[in-house]
Amino acid sequence: MDTLEVLTFLVWLIASVTFILALKFLASPATARRGNQLGAAGMALVVTWTFFTTDGLLANWWIIVVGGAIGSVAGWLGAKRVPMTAMPQMVAIFNGAGGGAAALVAVVEFLRDADLHPGELLPLAFVIATLLGAIIGSVSLTGSVVAFGKLQGVISGRPVKYPGSQIVTAALFLAVVGIGIYLAAVSPSIPLFLLFVAISLVLGVQLVMPIGGADMPVVVSLLNSYTGIAVAATGFVLNNYALLIAGTLVGASGAILTQLMCKAMNRSIFNVLFAGFGTGGDAAAAGAEGEEQLREISADDAAVLMAYGKRVIIVPGYGMAVAQAQGPVRELMDLLVARGVDVQFAIHPVAGRMPGHMNVLLAEANVPYDRLKEMDEINEDFADTDVALVIGANDVVNPSAREEGSPISGMPILNVDQAHNIIVLKRGRGAGFAGIPNPLFSNEKTTMLFGDA
Amino acid sequence: MELSAFELLSALFILILAAFVGYEVVSKVPTMLHTPLMSGANAVHGVIVVGAMLVAATAGGPVAIILALLAVILGTINVVGGFVVTDRMLEMFKKRPDERR
Repeated sequence: MDTLEVLTFLVWLIASVTFILALKFLASPATARRGNQLGAAGMALVVTWTFFTTDGLLANWWIIVVGGAIGSVAGWLGAKRVPMTAMPQMVAIFNGAGGGAAALVAVVEFLRDADLHPGELLPLAFVIATLLGAIIGSVSLTGSVVAFGKLQGVISGRPVKYPGSQIVTAALFLAVVGIGIYLAAVSPSIPLFLLFVAISLVLGVQLVMPIGGADMPVVVSLLNSYTGIAVAATGFVLNNYALLIAGTLVGASGAILTQLMCKAMNRSIFNVLFAGFGTGGDAAAAGAEGEEQLREISADDAAVLMAYGKRVIIVPGYGMAVAQAQGPVRELMDLLVARGVDVQFAIHPVAGRMPGHMNVLLAEANVPYDRLKEMDEINEDFADTDVALVIGANDVVNPSAREEGSPISGMPILNVDQAHNIIVLKRGRGAGFAGIPNPLFSNEKTTMLFGDA
Repeated sequence: MELSAFELLSALFILILAAFVGYEVVSKVPTMLHTPLMSGANAVHGVIVVGAMLVAATAGGPVAIILALLAVILGTINVVGGFVVTDRMLEMFKKRPDERR
């Protein structure tokens, strides 16, 4: 091992430590930003080092410079311009890019080695890692693109299913496994390998299409984990520990985050992936709406009710963010606080489009984060709250989750229905994102204020 | 691409230990930071750009060069976009609660 190799290992070590710290510092808002910058610095170090020390790379320098320039501009513009409400889609598309890159790295490696040793079997560990990188990276790429489409509204958010779609998925999966075994054990045929990648790409679409838009954040988190695993697999192939460690870290963290998100909705990951949530919601919602008696309240009355209350809990939902109402909500909070009203925000774990999304949106509007309470912290307080103001939230306050037979049965909810008065700000009379009718809205304590949220 | 048994086993050790570290570290992140967490972890796997650079170094034919170029572009989008967007989110959390009033 020469000096250069030793230094390379040390660079990988430093970079890996910064990646771990980047995730570790996220444990508190005070250190989170520094951690992220540290991770970026570690990344810059390992990229620069690789550029200048890899054999033959300086001969192909233009690939890195041109590719790096295009990628930097695209990534930078996307990251700077995306509105905070569209964050889940943005993460999906960046994740898809990473998955695509991992798949391409695996493809180039396979083609090169199959070319160098025509007709020979490649080392088993190498083939397995390469094939894993190619299949998981491809699934992550096309799956993320579909998830992006659904979140952005380009593709229908409804679960897209056709008869036998699960059989098709199973058949595709078996085909991939079969071809993979052939490639590893019989012959590393290039046409077959390309077919393997093509099927993997289709598989990504096939897996995500049947899942409803409301579950996309879980899917994005899962695909994030997949990309991590694909990156770890290519780290194995290239014998690069920086890739191996970073990929595994993300693979594990994505897996646990996915698990936490499922728990917040009281569903299993299998239920999310295969149940096609929300399929029957339409008809039920349409049927229930006719019977509901909704009472409206004027904006003035609502203001008086809140101004003379002692404690007001605001329950923000994604509707608030869509209407860009965070600023006015903060002003309302300031006015009420000035009058001596105790104002708090109740944040459901899946408020917004993914966990913590609402915190980001309210932080953007300068709402101090000590006024944001998590569900478990605040649920008991609703009973002695004068006014619960629900702004553009729906499913997370739906009392039918406590009863059997509703698609969201068992999902933990905010106990808004226990407050003395409930004001619901809403765009229209329809059902929520998940397409489920909400009896809270016809509760006798509830008044509706239709409008911009 | 012949790896020795020792190299394979070392890689396996690193893989398993890193998985535990990832699990432990992420368990301590509060819900309110889960969105930046997802995006920050997303940025970390942008390290694949290093892999893209390594295959670019050995790319000979036009097909390999185009694929490597594409891999570098995608990897860079992942890494630059991921870190920048995470920084944008975390910047908003930086303010202390009472500074504002």
